[in-house]
Amino acid sequence: MENTVEIRHVTHAYRTPHGPLPVLNDLSLAIPTGAFCAVVGPSGCGKSTLTRLIAGLMKPDQGQVFLHGEPVRGPRNTVGMAFQNPVLLEWRSILDNVILPLEIVAPRMPRRDREARARELLALVGLEGFESKRPSELSGGMRQRASLCRAIVHKPEVLILDEPFGALDAFTREDLWQTMHALRREEPFTTLLITHDLRESIFLADEVVVLSGRPATAQYRMQVPGGTGRVLDDLYTPDAAERLNVLRHQIQIAQGRAEVHA
Amino acid sequence: MNIRKIAVPLVAIALFLAFWEALVWINGWPRYKMAAPSDLPQAYWRFRWLFLEMGWQTLWRTVAGLILAVIFGTALGVVMGFSRTMRDALYPLLVGFNAIPKATVVPIIALMFVGQHDFNTVLIAFLISFFPIAVSVSIGLSTLEPEYRDILRSLGASKLTIFWKIALPKTLPEFFGALKVAVTLAFIGTNLMEIVSPHGRGLGALFDSGRTNSDYPLMFAVLIALAFLGIVLYYIVVALERIFAGWADRAPG
Ligand SMILES: Nc1ncnc2c1ncn2[C@@H]1O[C@H](COP(=O)(O)OP(=O)(O)O)[C@@H](O)[C@H]1O
Ligand SMILES: [Mg+2]
Repeated sequence: MENTVEIRHVTHAYRTPHGPLPVLNDLSLAIPTGAFCAVVGPSGCGKSTLTRLIAGLMKPDQGQVFLHGEPVRGPRNTVGMAFQNPVLLEWRSILDNVILPLEIVAPRMPRRDREARARELLALVGLEGFESKRPSELSGGMRQRASLCRAIVHKPEVLILDEPFGALDAFTREDLWQTMHALRREEPFTTLLITHDLRESIFLADEVVVLSGRPATAQYRMQVPGGTGRVLDDLYTPDAAERLNVLRHQIQIAQGRAEVHA
Repeated sequence: MNIRKIAVPLVAIALFLAFWEALVWINGWPRYKMAAPSDLPQAYWRFRWLFLEMGWQTLWRTVAGLILAVIFGTALGVVMGFSRTMRDALYPLLVGFNAIPKATVVPIIALMFVGQHDFNTVLIAFLISFFPIAVSVSIGLSTLEPEYRDILRSLGASKLTIFWKIALPKTLPEFFGALKVAVTLAFIGTNLMEIVSPHGRGLGALFDSGRTNSDYPLMFAVLIALAFLGIVLYYIVVALERIFAGWADRAPG
């Protein structure tokens, strides 16, 4: 199977007033086309840095990032991003917020087609009827749904999600997990999800990668079967408990709080 | 509801005028010492053409200074908002310049460009009012959260596109906040220059001629005309703010 995202031996350090801060160390990662990869790791270990490298917003000191086998040299319009903060533009309606990427990526696309595309997505995430509302009139969960629509409106090859559900309450978060599955069934895209919620990672992802503490490298990988067919009940099975236990232990190792057992 | 909104302020104004009239009447102040509201219509009528002409002078020069301040202040704010180095370099200069009481700059400029009264007045209105605009635009731009930039930058959008679509509209509420301050400042600047420079024009000069003749009705008539102009200018800015940054009204509270 072809890899949409491939990260090969990436090492990166930030230059700070106190000298270089090594953030990533010989990190390699591959996401097959159409797959969903979740990355978990201690806070401050370099997860957001990883997303910025894939999006072409930064260049690594060493190593390379490939999208569809081509080295990433700068930003490209086949990427979609969503963050913990939905960063919707307050002066635009929800519909116009979702349309925004199309204004950049497809400037010649007729207004009618743009709107149709945005409406289709908004309906898919349950925001039908809210198209003309302002972001401030929506709840946090609804804003995050709109932000997801904006991230995929231009049919990106890679969707990069940096803790998008992190600020939501537990019930809203579970709703959004299911919305995520629904979107994936309708739209084929390759996803990298950064999260600090282990349940979220095994519910959504095909592969979970645990990063070590800073400077981060891929410390542990876990394949999770089931894909978009998973339901919330699956999180309460012995198999899920076992997986969560293993991941939790790996995080403790990454935090330097547990010994590595053979 | 609507009648209340109009009636209440009108009653308040009427009460205020009655109080003023009574004060002058009870104290028996003559006209060379104090004016009563009942003297004002006469003053307006006597100098009606002067009021129109001088009012127009004051108005256009204030607006011209303000337009310059908006152009220059915004440009300066953009430069300072996007470049850390420029911000570090220009900020102390700006603060220092702003700390100079403008009343002391007025006579200097009046002397420097003596005779060029229009130029003087526009210049001082501009100098006194660009500062808040420059500061608010630079703060608005430099505090833009990086994620706002990244949603467009990750799509390969140019800096100019990001500026037009995100940075500029996001700064508009701060810009209009500063413009409300600037409009008041520019108006003060115009009037200072009109009063100070010899053979001046505008409402300030009319005020000055009232002062030399101890014509209190004329002086008060000018004050009220100035207040009226100031209010008109202020509400024009408020109306523009409603149109261009009305969305900020309903920000989550
Ligand atoms: N632009 C930057 N300059 C200097 N240091 C940075 C910069 N961005 C992030 N860092 C530092 O690099 C480390 C990793 O950051 P980040 O990738 O955001 O971590 P994570 O998303 O895993 O919490 C953190 O210690 C952070 O303080
Ligand atoms: Mg982060």
